[in-house]
Amino acid sequence: MSSKIRILVPIKKVIDAALKPRINKTHNGVESAGVKFSINPFDDIAIEEAAKIKKAHKGLVESIHAVTIGSGKARDVLRTALAKGADTSVLVDTGKRHLEPLAVSKILQKIQKEQKSNLIIMGKQAIDDDAGQTGQMLAGLLGWSQATNASRVKINDDLTVEVDQEIDGGIRTVKAPLPMVITTDLRLNTPKFVPLPKMMKAKRKPLEVIKAEDLGINIKDRLETVSLQEPSVRKAGVKVGSVDELIAKMKELKAI
Amino acid sequence: MFSNISRLLAKRASKFVLSCRFNSTLTLIETTGPNVTPASLSTLTAAVKVGNPITALLLGPESEVAGKQIAAVEGVDKILISKSDKYAHLLPEEVSPLVASILKSSDYTNFFVPASTAGKGILPRVGALLDVQPLSEITKVVSPDTFVRPTYAGNAILTVKCKDKVKLASVRSSAFDPIERKSEKIADIKEISYVESGNKTQYVSEQLIKSERPELDSAKIVVSGGRGLKDKEHFDQLLYPLADKLHAALGASRAAVDADFCDNSLQVGQTGKVVAPNLYLAVGISGAIQHLAGMKDSKVIVAINKDEEAPIFKIADVGMVGDLFKIVPELTEKL
Repeated sequence: MSSKIRILVPIKKVIDAALKPRINKTHNGVESAGVKFSINPFDDIAIEEAAKIKKAHKGLVESIHAVTIGSGKARDVLRTALAKGADTSVLVDTGKRHLEPLAVSKILQKIQKEQKSNLIIMGKQAIDDDAGQTGQMLAGLLGWSQATNASRVKINDDLTVEVDQEIDGGIRTVKAPLPMVITTDLRLNTPKFVPLPKMMKAKRKPLEVIKAEDLGINIKDRLETVSLQEPSVRKAGVKVGSVDELIAKMKELKAI
Repeated sequence: MFSNISRLLAKRASKFVLSCRFNSTLTLIETTGPNVTPASLSTLTAAVKVGNPITALLLGPESEVAGKQIAAVEGVDKILISKSDKYAHLLPEEVSPLVASILKSSDYTNFFVPASTAGKGILPRVGALLDVQPLSEITKVVSPDTFVRPTYAGNAILTVKCKDKVKLASVRSSAFDPIERKSEKIADIKEISYVESGNKTQYVSEQLIKSERPELDSAKIVVSGGRGLKDKEHFDQLLYPLADKLHAALGASRAAVDADFCDNSLQVGQTGKVVAPNLYLAVGISGAIQHLAGMKDSKVIVAINKDEEAPIFKIADVGMVGDLFKIVPELTEKL
């Protein structure tokens, strides 16, 4: 293996985390017209981490390549990634289609091969489909090590990587040689705000656009949406004025 | 003629039984030491709803002892164990090739894992090895190939049909009660051998938070604190006695975790734990959509907050507007 690190950061454009999505009239998706979209928060952490690693290991990290898969409109999240520290980027245009994690990982596998990436850092889940699968699937397709839910990443001089993972009851530490896939948890870092001059500069960085169908990968859906519904609405509750009332009410509802 | 028909029916019935025997659900059972985790018992409940016999897979040095615990559980037909040390920490790189080889060599229609960190690490990797698209965190089994799962932080409920030959899914434990029903039949335990994985990942260490309190994801009552508690001292001073009194698990909002009031593993929400206890008591939590995603299926929600406009009151069954620094001690004393 080459003794340089080439980082790949896949990112996704999603409905902004602060918004409550509305389900469309045909009950097969959510309304996207006039809705604010942003970079998936976990992917923002991933690009930040890649930039941090490059800064901390000058000379060891050769490049950071950002990739997004989506409509042509996803260019803006790539620009953000470039402004945050990616050197080059590619948009894989799928038109209006939303691909499933399996298809996405197959495309990313192809991009990895072209880029000769040996470290992939990506979000642990996208906040729209909440699948939390792509990183693991990609690691599986490539036969690489995987470290999900990372809250600390340490690159050693011998090109092994130590990762603290957030697990159900606490923290677990794993160690693996490159190549590997790391997925980011919220606590890994706090993404910085990008100042305007950096955004302007990013416009001069490479952003290539390719069509998904030109990659020669089967991206047919394996899942069929039967319906998409609003969750059942909880009945309005009561407000109480004293602790005694609060306890009485909890007893009445058989909560205690 | 009548006897002819009944013979024909009997013949069909036996054929049906025969084909059913080949359709079965493989279920990964997670253990802590010799014990089966509550989330795995919920996964078995979901597996029973598919309707086919269940094969339980247990891995690691203590898998035989743990396996005996579920040998008499309803629906469990067969138990596969591997005692190899390599499976001790359920590293996805080790477990996935084994699971993929089991699924390839038999006619399993479904493979379920608990939606724990281990399950969520393993399931997609198995999917990649089999070229199958898994489903994350199902909350309902509609039929053997159709399932319900929440998306968009629980703001959209998706019913989805799998067209793949084997249906892979992780099971959200808060949506299924842990299995309790026993059957007369005791399932056989069969040992299987290690499958070469080519794994290069090493387990280094684990720091688990020790707690005498019930586990967050299986507790009947959860007392949860947010930014309103101001600091770690108040979080500890106010919530610990209240949780002790109610025999409740402790939870927290992301704001409380980020401000270091408590450990990350207590976080309830889209990116933390999803709970559905009988009682969820939210103290000083405003109720951002990411937090609601983790607790809005609780049976009774009680909120204490000084801001009467806080979104948490829109979903709380009982709400009290006021100073939590006064209300919580009084509540603890009077309970």
